Amino acid sequence: MITPTHYMLLSAALFMIGVIGVVVRRNIIIIFMSIELILNAVNINLIAFSNQLHNATGQVFAVFVIAVAAAEAAVGLGIILAFYRNKETINIDEMNLMRS
Amino acid sequence: MKYIWLIPLLPGIGAAINGLVGIRSFSRRLAGLVACAMMTAALVLSAVAFYQLLQLAPESRAFDAVVGTWIPRIPLETRGGVGLLQVDWGFRLDPLSGMMILVVTGIGTLIHVYSTAYMADEPRGGVARFFCYLNLFCFFMLMLVLGNNFLVMFVGWEGVGLCSYLLIGYWYEKQSASDAGKKAFITNRVGDWGFVLGVFLIYYTFGTLNFRDVQNAASAMPIETAHFGVLSFICLFLFVGATGKSAQIPLYVWLPDAMEGPTPVSALIHAATMVTAGVYMLGRNAVLFTHAPQVMTIVAIVGVLTALMAASIGLVQYDIKRVLAYSTVSQLGYMFTAMGVGAFSAGAFHLMTHAFFKALLFLGSGSVIHAMAGEQDMRRMGNLRKYMPVTYATMFIGTLAIAGIPPLSGFFSKDEILAKAFEHNRAIWVIAAITALMTAFYMFRLISMTFFGAYRGPAWDTGHGAHGAASHPKDVKLAAVHGAPHPADAHAHGQARKADHEVAHGPAEPHGGPGAAHDAHAGHGHGPWHGPHESPTAMTFPLMALAIGAIVAGFIGIPAALFGNGSTIEKFLEPSFTATHASIAESGLPNADSRTPDNPQTEIHNPESGESHLSRGAELGLMAFSVALAAIGIFAALKFYVWSPEISEELAQRWSGAHRVLSNKYYVDELYQATVINGTFGGGRSLWTFDRRVVDGVVNGSGWVTIVTSWFSGVTDRAVVDGLVNTVGRSVRESSFVFRRLQTGLVQNYAVLMLLGIFVFVSVYLFVR
Repeated sequence: MITPTHYMLLSAALFMIGVIGVVVRRNIIIIFMSIELILNAVNINLIAFSNQLHNATGQVFAVFVIAVAAAEAAVGLGIILAFYRNKETINIDEMNLMRS
Repeated sequence: MKYIWLIPLLPGIGAAINGLVGIRSFSRRLAGLVACAMMTAALVLSAVAFYQLLQLAPESRAFDAVVGTWIPRIPLETRGGVGLLQVDWGFRLDPLSGMMILVVTGIGTLIHVYSTAYMADEPRGGVARFFCYLNLFCFFMLMLVLGNNFLVMFVGWEGVGLCSYLLIGYWYEKQSASDAGKKAFITNRVGDWGFVLGVFLIYYTFGTLNFRDVQNAASAMPIETAHFGVLSFICLFLFVGATGKSAQIPLYVWLPDAMEGPTPVSALIHAATMVTAGVYMLGRNAVLFTHAPQVMTIVAIVGVLTALMAASIGLVQYDIKRVLAYSTVSQLGYMFTAMGVGAFSAGAFHLMTHAFFKALLFLGSGSVIHAMAGEQDMRRMGNLRKYMPVTYATMFIGTLAIAGIPPLSGFFSKDEILAKAFEHNRAIWVIAAITALMTAFYMFRLISMTFFGAYRGPAWDTGHGAHGAASHPKDVKLAAVHGAPHPADAHAHGQARKADHEVAHGPAEPHGGPGAAHDAHAGHGHGPWHGPHESPTAMTFPLMALAIGAIVAGFIGIPAALFGNGSTIEKFLEPSFTATHASIAESGLPNADSRTPDNPQTEIHNPESGESHLSRGAELGLMAFSVALAAIGIFAALKFYVWSPEISEELAQRWSGAHRVLSNKYYVDELYQATVINGTFGGGRSLWTFDRRVVDGVVNGSGWVTIVTSWFSGVTDRAVVDGLVNTVGRSVRESSFVFRRLQTGLVQNYAVLMLLGIFVFVSVYLFVR
């Protein structure tokens, strides 16, 4: 029997993988994907509780999160492309124009 | 006669023409012609107006003319609530002003004619300027006597003062002349102050400034015998004004100095007309004065003391014009005495006769000065009757008139005053009689020294050198002593000393140049001097005309005691000295308040309402006495100065103290110098010191306080305020060294920090709580 605890464990695991990916990886694409992982971990959580509580709000919210994630991916990939054209790299350590 | 306003206007037009155009472009002849023509026109108009005035019934003899409104109605507080002040350019011809305009235009015209010859040596523009001033003077004088309210009179009053100043200082290059002009003007201002206060008080009391309304209102008020009420104060203030204009104690000091002006000016302004303005003003306000008997007493006392004092100074003066000046002051004192004892018509009568004979004497002295080429010291004249018979004869007539020898004009007017004084107060009469004696003496002294005896003047270059310029060292010394305060007297050293004179008065004035002609040099214009000579016709004609006037002017005032039916002039002038009749009062102006009830004349105390209190015998006795006094004076003068001249020297030696006091005019000028003038200077200086020490001190002190506080403020600013700001800035900069290390610009660092933060918060949330 799959209980909310299992969902939450899965969700937490995914979330931690995403966070660690964001923090430690240098490739900005990977970081991007890790962010997607974080979002989807949240989605799992939302849907799990929606199912548990018999309330559709969580699922609707998950759909919104997916939509926002898609929009975010579009904008983010655009930024990455523009950056690549300028610097010919996607290493995040190079992205320090804000500094001094 | 609606056109009486034209009478003052005509000389005004003449002054405008000469002043605006003449000074630049008129010849001497044209300038004189314009001025004389205007004066003659005014004289003709005055005569016509006077004739028409005589045609009216005696009690309604008055013409009114209002030319326009000067001050439109303005509300102004009076004693009885808020009144409306309105002043018109209103003129009024009544018997008193009728007499005055005849005197002013008549004598004025003669003097204008005389001036054309007397001023012939002046530069061209100067002549036009002179006639401009002279015409302007006549304009203001006629305005003064014709105005129907106090303010129009005041315009004339100030205007004649201005013209007097301008004409005394006509030779303005001469220090003494310009000083004399200033002295006259400033002394007059003191009197004008009183006059203005009187006018203010009149408006405050009566709510109007119209003479007639004021008189009507005043005649309804009680006579202030016991207390010193508002009418007394009004009269006192007006009298202060009169003392300034008419040269009475204590403000007479300007008139002798005014002799610095050209002689025609002395004759017109300082003898015949302007100085009598005060007398006229008192007569014009006779109703007010009869309601203030205490002030009348003051007037009489001041008048008689002035008469005595001026006559006594006149006894020892050597400058021919100065003798006449003191004589004028003395005769004005007589007029004030007459006004003071309530003999208004006698005073006005003496004013008129005096105008004739004193103008005559001044013009005669001008003729003498002209003949002597500017010499004014009588010690350098003598025996001039041989050289200038017309001047001698006319001046002799004038002298007889002023001495009071019947049947000349001075006798009647002076005797009238003496009789009225005798009735009123014996002490005043005694002083006036002594003055009459002195008058006869000093006038015959003048005649004797000038026209009789041996010629003592400088020699001239036609072989008459035998007479010589006997320059007694003592004489020179005396003249120097006398002349010290008045450089004019220094002229009295004759031809030989002219160079010294010029040195003494600053840069030498080139003869023929603009400064060449002043009084001392009159007649010098053309070459060497050929001895005393008769003056030209333009000068002798006015002398003869005035001599006739001096003879006949008295006949209109023959007293009842002598022949027939009483004094014509007294009856003629009487309406001017009483409150107005209702019939005339109707044509009045729109006035502030119409509280001018036609008062019954019964309660008016009219001291000269016809019947004399003296018996005919007493009056005849008084006349005989005054003639005897005059005869004694004449005899003494002839004795001292013609028959045995050494007596006068001896007397001067024996009474040297008194002589010195009189020669120095009782030291009044010195007294004024020591008190008023030095007081003013001292006051000014102490105020200046106060200004410098206290006012400037306060200002400087506050400036210093500001400097000190601003210094403290600056220090505080720098140390505290700036320090605080700098400290903040520095601490921010120092700490920024530490904190800017955090800003790596690497997104992942930020993410780690964010995670750590979340971790900490969540940990605190979960475990610490």
